[in-house]
Amino acid sequence: MSTNSAGNSAIGSGHEGNVKEQISGYLLKIKSGDMGSLPAMLGLVILAILFTAMSPVFLTALNFANLFNQAATLIVLAMGLVFVLVLAEIDLSAGVTSGVSAAILVISLHNNVNWILSILIAIATGVVIGYFIGVIVARVGIPSFVVTLACFLAFQGLQLLIIGNGGLYRIENSQVLAIQNSNLTLTQGWIFYAVGILLFIYSGFAARRRRSRNNQPNRPMVFLYAKIAFAVVAGAGVVAALNLERSSNKDFPIHGVPIVIPVVIVLFVLGTFVLDRTKFGRHVYAVGGNPEAARRAGIKVTGVKIAVFTICSTTAAISGIISASRVGSVDASMGRTIVLNGVAAAVVGGVSLFGGKGRLSQAVIGGFVIAIIDNGLGLMGYNSGINLLITGAVLLLAASADAISRKRGSVVKR
Amino acid sequence: MATSVPVIELSGVEKSFGAVDVLKGVDFAVQAGQVTALVGDNGAGKSTLIKGLAGIQPYDKGIVKFEGKEISIDSPRHVSELGIEVVYQDLALCDNLDIVQNMFLGREEVFRGTLNESSMEKKASETLASLSVRTVKSVRQKVERLSGGQRQTVAIARAVLRDTKVVILDEPTAALGVAQTEQVLALVKRLADKGVAVIMISHNLVDVFKVADKIYVLYLGKMVASLDAKSTNQNDIVGYITGTKTSETVK
Repeated sequence: MSTNSAGNSAIGSGHEGNVKEQISGYLLKIKSGDMGSLPAMLGLVILAILFTAMSPVFLTALNFANLFNQAATLIVLAMGLVFVLVLAEIDLSAGVTSGVSAAILVISLHNNVNWILSILIAIATGVVIGYFIGVIVARVGIPSFVVTLACFLAFQGLQLLIIGNGGLYRIENSQVLAIQNSNLTLTQGWIFYAVGILLFIYSGFAARRRRSRNNQPNRPMVFLYAKIAFAVVAGAGVVAALNLERSSNKDFPIHGVPIVIPVVIVLFVLGTFVLDRTKFGRHVYAVGGNPEAARRAGIKVTGVKIAVFTICSTTAAISGIISASRVGSVDASMGRTIVLNGVAAAVVGGVSLFGGKGRLSQAVIGGFVIAIIDNGLGLMGYNSGINLLITGAVLLLAASADAISRKRGSVVKR
Repeated sequence: MATSVPVIELSGVEKSFGAVDVLKGVDFAVQAGQVTALVGDNGAGKSTLIKGLAGIQPYDKGIVKFEGKEISIDSPRHVSELGIEVVYQDLALCDNLDIVQNMFLGREEVFRGTLNESSMEKKASETLASLSVRTVKSVRQKVERLSGGQRQTVAIARAVLRDTKVVILDEPTAALGVAQTEQVLALVKRLADKGVAVIMISHNLVDVFKVADKIYVLYLGKMVASLDAKSTNQNDIVGYITGTKTSETVK
């Protein structure tokens, strides 16, 4: 019998060791192929430097804010797709779902329905669509590729019927337009920043406190301080930059954090919380990793799948609302092409197409990579042919990184 | 320690699939703190016997006693509530999750709506430590990075995480190398030493003789032998398994 007590057991938790050991542990993890969003992060930095050097417009206050506006639709869509991708499923209809929801929104607004109610109806459209897809995939057992391909076709028709052939509805409602076209005041921006930072610091310390209360080792304090310092500086930098005056016309000043940024951040925090901290999130990863193991562990696999497709389409609907707000109108073809960019964003960020792995932060980073390519090349006057070629190349690069890391990842493959 | 009331006692268990009688009146008893090996050729009915105990396929006839009381096993959940855990041959672990996450899969601890990682991590390392597992470096390692023996260890540790009375191991050493087999067998022994009743299904008689206290042999749906491991040998067991030796059966 063992006399080993848990306190001084030989089994660690990855939290032991001084700064040097922790860093070498991290490097080992990267070497073994578990790179997460690191390649995308590097790519983002390189692209930013490249475009700053090549275009005088890239690093201006106006373009900086514009980049966030451009990326928002894609990032939100990609965040929703992460859930399905983690299950090793796909939702090809996410883009048209966003289009249908936007169409419902604009029709609702035109019928003088209150704007909040209209947004809720549009989101509910996403819920219904997602639930429908989920039930067909999980209960009937048709592969999600086929189901959502069918939806991709059918919903284009639905959208066409709602909007009318070749039609286009303008959005007149100022609140809906404000999501992508108005900004927080300078003070509001800083308040939002302060609240975010405080929550970040609190959650970091709370996690440590829980561990030390259970007599479990914590990583050296330096890492938490470094993280907080990074968040404080980077956050302040972004808010300060967005608070710069970016209008060339003195009579119409434009400054402040675009309203869409807090919207995206709230969605991001919410989704990350669900995936990382809740039972449901854990079950999503389990079903994505090994559905049979999940089933034997008592997880209701069908329910998880339905919920995940519902989340994806709901998020797509929100993305549609954001997109409608940016464009200012909804036409019959809206959202048709964005889904593949959304999948690309997630994969570029490091989400695995093989399921089981993926985080919302990766969708955000990947979304920025795609958006920055689009933005930078556009500024330099390249046409969309070059743009698509380069986006495709970047995606291929990211997908190869995923495949290679999978090959290297397992010590023993059974 | 051997002669108390059996944790599980089956008598006259029958099961048939259509016209095929797979179990023809089987008696089987398992003691706490012992390793009970169940051997038999393919098609002898081992899996069917175990599936009945696991609540996956209920028996057609027969009496099942748990700790001396007659019960009827009807679902895997019921079995798990009784404190019976099955470790399947293909292990059923999620490669993309770490050891703690796998051990608590489907029964995560929650504190105010969020996962109680710290508590789960603590209990997982305590369980591994109590089984004297030393081959695992960190409980936060992903399972995909573990060797076959380490995976088996995690699967078994998962089974004894809670107050488990019976652990059923289906071919625990089937896919393992020599050193890893030794590790897992040592673990099986420690499990019994902790007072758990261990049922081990195996084709490997060398392994069986290394750990088993009692050996039951199934032959074509009948329990043809129940022997103390000390008072028999491999040749006899092979005889019973292949049907060349029929004899002083259980009844």
